[in-house]
Amino acid sequence: MAANTEVVEHGPELRHHFEQPDQQYQAATLGMWTFLLTEIMFFGGLFAAYAIYRAAYPDAFASTSQYMDVIVGGVNTAVLICSSLTMALAVRSGQLGQRNAVILFTIATMILGAVFLGVKAYEYHHKWVEHLVPGFNWHYEDSRYAHHAQILFFLYFVMTGMHAIHMIVGEGLLLSLVIMAWRKKFTSLWSTPIEIVGLYWHFVDIVWIFLFPLLYLIGKHKL
Amino acid sequence: MSTLVETPRTGAEINYLNADYGWKSWLFTTDHKRIAMLYLISITGFFFVGGFFAFLMRMELLTPRGDLVQADTYNKFFTMHGIMMIFFFLIPSIPATLGNFLVPIMIGARDLAFPKINLLSWYIYITGGLFALGAVVAGGVDTGWTFYTPFSTTYSNTYVMAAALGVFISGFSSILTGLNFVVTIHKMRAPGMTWHRMPLFIWSHYATSIIQILGTPVVAITILLVAAERIFHVGVFDPAVGGDPILFQHLFWFYSHPAVYIMILPGMGVISELVTCFSRKRIFGYTVVAYSSIAIAVIGFLVWGHHMFTTGQSMYAGLVFSALSFLVAVPSAIKVFNWTATMYRGSVSFDAPMLYVFGFIGLFTIGGLTGLFLAASAVDVHLQDTYFVVAHFHYVMVGGMVMAYLGGIHFWWPKMTGRMYPEAWAKFAALVVFVGFNLTFFPQFMAGYLGMPRRYHAYAEEFQVYNVLSSAGASILGAGYLIPMVYLVWSLWFGKRAPANPWGAVGLEWMIPSPPPTLNFDKTPVVTWEAYQYHEPDRPEVEVGR
Repeated sequence: MAANTEVVEHGPELRHHFEQPDQQYQAATLGMWTFLLTEIMFFGGLFAAYAIYRAAYPDAFASTSQYMDVIVGGVNTAVLICSSLTMALAVRSGQLGQRNAVILFTIATMILGAVFLGVKAYEYHHKWVEHLVPGFNWHYEDSRYAHHAQILFFLYFVMTGMHAIHMIVGEGLLLSLVIMAWRKKFTSLWSTPIEIVGLYWHFVDIVWIFLFPLLYLIGKHKL
Repeated sequence: MSTLVETPRTGAEINYLNADYGWKSWLFTTDHKRIAMLYLISITGFFFVGGFFAFLMRMELLTPRGDLVQADTYNKFFTMHGIMMIFFFLIPSIPATLGNFLVPIMIGARDLAFPKINLLSWYIYITGGLFALGAVVAGGVDTGWTFYTPFSTTYSNTYVMAAALGVFISGFSSILTGLNFVVTIHKMRAPGMTWHRMPLFIWSHYATSIIQILGTPVVAITILLVAAERIFHVGVFDPAVGGDPILFQHLFWFYSHPAVYIMILPGMGVISELVTCFSRKRIFGYTVVAYSSIAIAVIGFLVWGHHMFTTGQSMYAGLVFSALSFLVAVPSAIKVFNWTATMYRGSVSFDAPMLYVFGFIGLFTIGGLTGLFLAASAVDVHLQDTYFVVAHFHYVMVGGMVMAYLGGIHFWWPKMTGRMYPEAWAKFAALVVFVGFNLTFFPQFMAGYLGMPRRYHAYAEEFQVYNVLSSAGASILGAGYLIPMVYLVWSLWFGKRAPANPWGAVGLEWMIPSPPPTLNFDKTPVVTWEAYQYHEPDRPEVEVGR
């Protein structure tokens, strides 16, 4: 809803169909928020399936919880929260027009994201060794729960796997930010892509903030 | 595509059609009007593929025995008919063509907020469509368009994965269209175009977009789970290991019931535009009609369980779903009453688009009221999986939605192509469609009520009379769809040149030339009037932006 009379100074980023830079900025952020809404619904289907099977098979769920390593998961949660901090700092540096800081914090975010994915890969490997991968390598110690535990482990892999895929996409987006910053695309007046990617990155982190307690903490049993 | 490129210039004007030539100027365009045309051509293709399978079904059902095909092949016919028509015609139909073309213009914008994403959505749609067509060519799918588990995950030996992948992919095109519309309607309105000055077409597309954004991701994850189950046998929907096939139905209908509102809401928007123009009256109860679209979008998310009354879901859940299903009919009824009240003491004319409006209002009302039969959980036990359901659904979707689509295409054809369609032929075709439609689907209500089940290639002999009537009607209906196809293409070369405002309609799209220039408005319009100012003798006649 831009007033069409005043002429506003703007850079080459303003696309022809927008009236003002601010309108374009607002459209971009609203677009990302709307996209994140679709992501919530996407993960929402999985959370619903999780809730239903957890309620249906509480004993099997207690039995599977012994295979979740809270220490490893907790470390990964900390890593991811730190990456949100560096992402927020990158957004701030972008708004201030500090090119070097943008590059630094974006790379830091990428490294923390890579650490998370590495730890996740270690956990997956561990599950593989313990024959806990439904459909590929499945043998459950406690034969009482062999069937139900299979569904629960499948949900574990789908939920964390979908999250990991989003992380990998995020790493690619961060890389493009580094390249854009390197080529001096951003100014203190225009750093919209950094904010957009920031929104995405924080969202992916928040998904993990829900996954961690659901999969690692709630109903923890040592057998 | 070349046919459109060669459309002669209207005078010496440069417009979006002649601004650039060659296939690249179409396949790499970011102009919302050209993308609308790409969609128009592709969904017409899918419509005729889906229609071909309907033709084959009606042929087989002429006799009670399996003469033409046997059960396995017939299962593929209705599956491919459903997948093509629902995912590749009905869902994109009005939003991706008329919506793409008109949403920016109606609110005074130069394009959608994300033109490249708009083009991307078309490519995604085509990619999904190719997978679905690939499944057809390879040998078909027999699960029904609903992909019910465990049949789709364990037992079906057909090309389920290719078809499901096609549906999965095309869903993202729907999401991106909805996202684009929401952002555009929020952020791109011209000065003075307040929410309550927007045409109702925009309101209905806004409501549609909400459903596309919130519903489609759920069916995406559901299809992924089906794929995982089918390929890796992980057990998530497999009752043999404790998985729940009913969970699939819940997840599936959480999207697929609201999806019927994705299909009908844009049609309701079209009707609001047409009924005002051809009654020369302001819409009766603008605010109520606008918010009833939002109400349909919201309540529509809470009724999915009425597809599952006979699955053994909790009786109390069934009661709530039944009550909510009655509730969701209220906003639709409000619209019907308000359109009728708009015509009351209006100066009604009978141009072809208005004939489709009459068809829509009558047939949609029948479709909606029979929906209430099915929403009553006790009656539904009797009618579940009979032809009554088929007839109900087709009264809403074909009698309602396709009528609105055809009416809208005729109404905005002069704007989109710069050419008038032949009015006499159009009126004749509208009549043929109406007659053919009723002859096809009304007998199905009766056969269904008497107990004829859907999805069978053979049936008891006492149902033959209804099926012969239905097949006869289908051939008339088919002719009714082919006639507009022929004269609309003919009009691209030989139709009379269209003036900017052939209907004397209000709305920003009628204040710019036909066809519009690439940027729609040279100067952003400032809106100082409400929508549907047909009652004002001095309503704005000025051409904006020229």
